[in-house]
Amino acid sequence: MAIKDYKDIIHRCFRCGYCKFTSDYSYLGFNCPVYSKYRLESYSPGGMMWLIYASLVKGELKPSKHLSRILYSCTMCRNCSQECKFKFNEDIVNILKAAREEMVDKQLVPPMVNQFLTNVYDYGNPYRELKQNRDNWAENTGVKQYEKGDEFLYYVGCVGSYDTVSQKAAKALGSVLLKSGLPFGFLGSREVCDGNEVDMLGEKGLFEFLKEENTQTFKELGVKKIVTLSPHSYNALKNNYSNGFEVFHYTQLLRDLVKSGKLDVSRGFKAKVTYHDPCFLGRYNNEYDAPREILTAIPGVELVEMERTKENSFCCGGGGGNFYTDILGSGKDSPSRIRVREAHDTGANILAVACPVCMMMLEDALKAERLEDELAIKDISEIMNAALL
Amino acid sequence: MDIYSSLVDIVGEDLASNHEEELYIYSRDSGAQQPRKADYVVVPKTVEEVQQIVKLANKEKIPITPMGGGLTLSGLAVPIKGGIVLDMKRMDRIIEVNEKSRYVILEAGVTQGALQSHLEKNYPHLEHSMPDAPPMATIVGNVVIQGHGHLSVACGINSQMVNGMEVVLPTGEVCKLGSCSISPYWFTRDPLPDLMGLFLGWLGTTGIITKVSLQLFPKPKFRDLLTFTSADLDLLPDFIFDLTQLNLMDNLFIISQEWPPWAQGTLYVPIVSAQDEEEFKLKIELHKKLLRKYEGKITLVEGRHAERMREARLPVPPITLGVMAADAKQGGGFEYTGGILPIEKVPEASSKAVEIAHKYGQPYLLGHQLLTGGHSMMFGLAYCLNRADEKDIEKIRKALDESNKLILDIGGVLWKAEAPAQRLMVQRMDPNTVKLMKRVMKALDPNVIMNPGNWSD
Repeated sequence: MAIKDYKDIIHRCFRCGYCKFTSDYSYLGFNCPVYSKYRLESYSPGGMMWLIYASLVKGELKPSKHLSRILYSCTMCRNCSQECKFKFNEDIVNILKAAREEMVDKQLVPPMVNQFLTNVYDYGNPYRELKQNRDNWAENTGVKQYEKGDEFLYYVGCVGSYDTVSQKAAKALGSVLLKSGLPFGFLGSREVCDGNEVDMLGEKGLFEFLKEENTQTFKELGVKKIVTLSPHSYNALKNNYSNGFEVFHYTQLLRDLVKSGKLDVSRGFKAKVTYHDPCFLGRYNNEYDAPREILTAIPGVELVEMERTKENSFCCGGGGGNFYTDILGSGKDSPSRIRVREAHDTGANILAVACPVCMMMLEDALKAERLEDELAIKDISEIMNAALL
Repeated sequence: MDIYSSLVDIVGEDLASNHEEELYIYSRDSGAQQPRKADYVVVPKTVEEVQQIVKLANKEKIPITPMGGGLTLSGLAVPIKGGIVLDMKRMDRIIEVNEKSRYVILEAGVTQGALQSHLEKNYPHLEHSMPDAPPMATIVGNVVIQGHGHLSVACGINSQMVNGMEVVLPTGEVCKLGSCSISPYWFTRDPLPDLMGLFLGWLGTTGIITKVSLQLFPKPKFRDLLTFTSADLDLLPDFIFDLTQLNLMDNLFIISQEWPPWAQGTLYVPIVSAQDEEEFKLKIELHKKLLRKYEGKITLVEGRHAERMREARLPVPPITLGVMAADAKQGGGFEYTGGILPIEKVPEASSKAVEIAHKYGQPYLLGHQLLTGGHSMMFGLAYCLNRADEKDIEKIRKALDESNKLILDIGGVLWKAEAPAQRLMVQRMDPNTVKLMKRVMKALDPNVIMNPGNWSD
């Protein structure tokens, strides 16, 4: 929906501030990652609603590059929609997305957002990497390309395919799936960006194009079931693509495989682990249990929760394309550094993730906090791979 | 160096702004008052940064408006004369909880929600008096406006719960008040000259509070509410007198509103608590027993409506009913006249308030809270407004003006009054009191930089 479709709703925000908190108003800090970083009311969900109304509906403010920077700083983590007490709460993130569409139309997007979108259009990924390099991560893993008749398509996504940190998760999941014996394969150079971030950045046309490209490939190959490495891909494919195939986040599939005995984790993994919920798995898709069920099924894993967990989880700051555009930036108040400190406070020696975006964001933050000797970031697929017989 | 560069020099580039977008947001609130353009916004972290900003403002003769949660609804943190808005919410440390003497020392940006959460996690047997406001409201903002909370009947209003404070004076000096001025312990305000009175109720015109010590109270194991209803408003003073003679309540809401329909009539909602179940049951029974005296005139609400009231009013802070009411017009705006009244004046005020609401085409929405053991009533006459409709906002301004005059005419005073309402009070005030206020303000703030336009022209 366009911003004009929300014109009777946007001004209903009172800026009461519930949207900034966890459900229990955690004393650890505000749960809006953008407001946590900037601490100016303009960077809060309510502030953004008022600015969108003033600039794109009422015409009191001229749409500007600074407005665009504010709007694009949001990670789209959905904490605001969840915590807003009003009936229009579900619309908050959609209004922001519609406002970003206006920024795209008015050519006011920040340079890094423009670069992200251009790269995805030109290369099918935000990194300007060649398509043929999309399967580099799979070298020497034994994971093969998808063939007609395979039960599962392993959709890796841009970050797992190209980012050197997140490739570890892509490889580990490939290895786990091989050990499960399930017939599966990946798309390699035939895979293009799932478009989740493109959609969040407000480039509707490009998102439709990517959706069509991927859907066409899925159809040609007769794909019926897809397992994704990234919750971002999972969200796009499950909720924004047309039907015709089942979509699983890998933690859901692995949980079932462990339960059915197809994966034997009895080798175990001795560690004190805390788990960070990714927004696109948790708040967007209400999946909080599968990752925890996997971890608690592994002998030796002691799972400890952070103060802000499950629906109250604090975003790593990478969503909405911020892992690339870096509008939220670094510094000790950056969400990823706050989150790493929170994980460290649990006394865990492993911070488990289930998202390649979270993995790269938190890995960088770990170094910035100089906590590498005390805490390690590991994807659940890596922990699982190590625990398998 | 220009003012903006100087502010950046003090707090860093990300935390000072003169962009139109930030100025827009800090120039208005959700109430009906006129926007007033801020020139700069700055978000300090330390008392030293606050001092530097104050010194800069003195040098440049530019106003400073301190802001907490920005939720007064009456524009008290909107800069009437422009200048710098000082958003205090980054000063958010809870410094110390003294469990045995039951107080917390915290910085000015700590929110009600954060303190509640901190106590629940670390001191589950203690609580603070939480206002009937969103959790984003700050502790210091609430005491500055002399707000009240869910323990106001039992323990007094929140500004009375301040044991001590640290203040940056308008001339830049830092000053400690209360026992902390002579002791490491922030445990009492007395027996000393009560200098805190120079900063409470002055709406930021006399200095910037950077820390307070706030009293904490035992958190009860049992807490519940009763809902009584009556069609006879004239019984209110006697009934409240009898209720308060029991001396058993934490809090008492009195609600009368046209919407939603189930909440119509005058509803009395006493909240009682206890550490012991037997004591708790007895308190409930004693309140019910009081109804015998008012048989047929005041009745106990039970069943579904009682449950709805429980869901709406028992949580601290209450959410449901307030949210439903504020959004009734689907307009994103809300303001109310908060009159502090002698209790015997509530029936008269109520009848006239309904007339005013109807005159301006509004459903009446009256929400009152008893204060300090039954010595006065916060009489709330609320108006929803549509921020998208200038005519509606103007109409609500007129309704507020008329409501404010009503409260003053029948002998009340106005709580967290917007600037026009402050002028109404000053016009009626003893001239020598006005002179004294001016002398105090001039002595503390010779360059008139502190939130000017409040308590003065």
